[in-house]
Amino acid sequence: MIIEATGVRKSYGATEVLSGIDLGVPEGSVLALLGPNGAGKTTVVRILSTLSRPDAGSATVAGYDVVRQATAVRSVISLTGQYAAVDENQTGRENLVMVGRLMHLGRSGAQRRTGELLEQFGLTDAMDRRVKTYSGGMRRRLDLAMSLAARPRVIFLDEPTTGLDPGSRSTMWDAIGELVRDGTTILLTTQYLEEADRLADRIVLLDHGRIVAAGTADALKARVGGERVELRFAAEPELLKAATLLSAVQTDGVLSVPSDGTATHLHQLLDLLRDNGLQPERVSAHRPTLDDVFNALTA
Amino acid sequence: MSHQGVAAALSDTATMIDRSVRLARRNGDTLFAAILLPLLMMALFVYVFGGAISTGTQYVNYVVPGMLLLTTGYGAASTAMAVADDMNSGMIDRLRSLPIRSISVLTGHVAASVARNALATAIVVLAALAMGFRPNANVSEWLAAVGLLLLYVVALSWLAAGLGVVARSVESASTLSFFMLFLPYLSSAFVPPETMPAWLRPISTHQPITPVIETVRGFLTGTPVGNNGVRALAWCCGLLAFSVLLATSLYRKHTRR
Repeated sequence: MIIEATGVRKSYGATEVLSGIDLGVPEGSVLALLGPNGAGKTTVVRILSTLSRPDAGSATVAGYDVVRQATAVRSVISLTGQYAAVDENQTGRENLVMVGRLMHLGRSGAQRRTGELLEQFGLTDAMDRRVKTYSGGMRRRLDLAMSLAARPRVIFLDEPTTGLDPGSRSTMWDAIGELVRDGTTILLTTQYLEEADRLADRIVLLDHGRIVAAGTADALKARVGGERVELRFAAEPELLKAATLLSAVQTDGVLSVPSDGTATHLHQLLDLLRDNGLQPERVSAHRPTLDDVFNALTA
Repeated sequence: MSHQGVAAALSDTATMIDRSVRLARRNGDTLFAAILLPLLMMALFVYVFGGAISTGTQYVNYVVPGMLLLTTGYGAASTAMAVADDMNSGMIDRLRSLPIRSISVLTGHVAASVARNALATAIVVLAALAMGFRPNANVSEWLAAVGLLLLYVVALSWLAAGLGVVARSVESASTLSFFMLFLPYLSSAFVPPETMPAWLRPISTHQPITPVIETVRGFLTGTPVGNNGVRALAWCCGLLAFSVLLATSLYRKHTRR
């Protein structure tokens, strides 16, 4: 396990933010910490990236203790925080060279790595413009590029796409996907199930400083019942008849039927209803959201 | 620290100085405050108020040393703001997650502050010469005056860095550093303390800026320095030690894990 945490606790004043967190992340894998605001996601990242000290418990990254061997940890990790940490009044190139030099790549090493990263993140055209002229998506990409100056073995990404438009979000996802292919270990936090689903091998659900569930995206979704088809009918008798036929429960005039989300299943469902003389007024597909997962697992 | 460690620390500090100087150079508002405002103030005092103030000498000769100290005040205020900006943005987390001594972020800003102040001071001196300032200092007196001013600027810059660390925002850093701009007015910078009311005179005489001004004035224009030289040196060294300790301990407290 390249990241390992045991019984990590943290309080700020009287408020307990983490009440005993255990984590293990195998090298080369992607772990998503999923949870609402205030769940403690950022605190986990701050402790693992040596910015905060745990009150109790211990954690190691690449075998180094995050408290006692903080400098060694810092030389193998990188952190991309929630707010882009870039200098507005430096150009993209200057920001990258600065971090490269602070990572001790040397003058020419930092220049060379900067060229590669500008290319990789599509910032070559904008490299000599000051960052304050960049769009939000470009800033995030530069921020991520700065984190990669020294080819870290472990990358922490704290809400990497919060506040980005869909286009920039998918560009970020592609960039993160590329890191995964290079074998980098990633721990990311997110509020979006879709993002965790798309990027992570394993998802840890965090709520009020506790881990409420952990597993692959499929395993978690299976626990909330996966996708559902919702049916509405014009009249009450039809609704009740359909409910009996499909042995499904109706709530507030809506019949919710488990589904695998395929067109084939939808056809079968509608054919079955038609064969029994039933015609739903409206049909809608419903995919589980973070809310559903939470309601199911924290209830 | 190992030999290699020292080299790395020096290289990190050089990189951070490079960054701070570049950021300072590109911040138009800061440069305006650090250079243009002191020039305008000097013109105001020399041409508008000066005629009505009796100092027993050409007013421009009297006021220039005070103007130099006022200039450093403006420079220090922008340093506090630059530090506050870093402390309250994601930048400090990025720097702290790198395998460097993150305190070099303060060293960088202090060095940039000294460079900016040196530039501003040189420009103010040139402008003063154009306005009729006639110093009678020889080379060693010039060097002594410049050395004392430099020491004062380094001390004040560290103090400003400390204020920047505790400030909750860039705006409050600007407010906190207000006294640096105000203190020169309560010194012998613009009027002789003897002309002030009796209750204000001791404040004016015993605050740190007055001996520094009197010493610089003595070196440049030949007024008696007296024990002001020793007092100025003591104040500057004391302020420097205090400010470095304050800034570094506030930084540690603020970034305590």
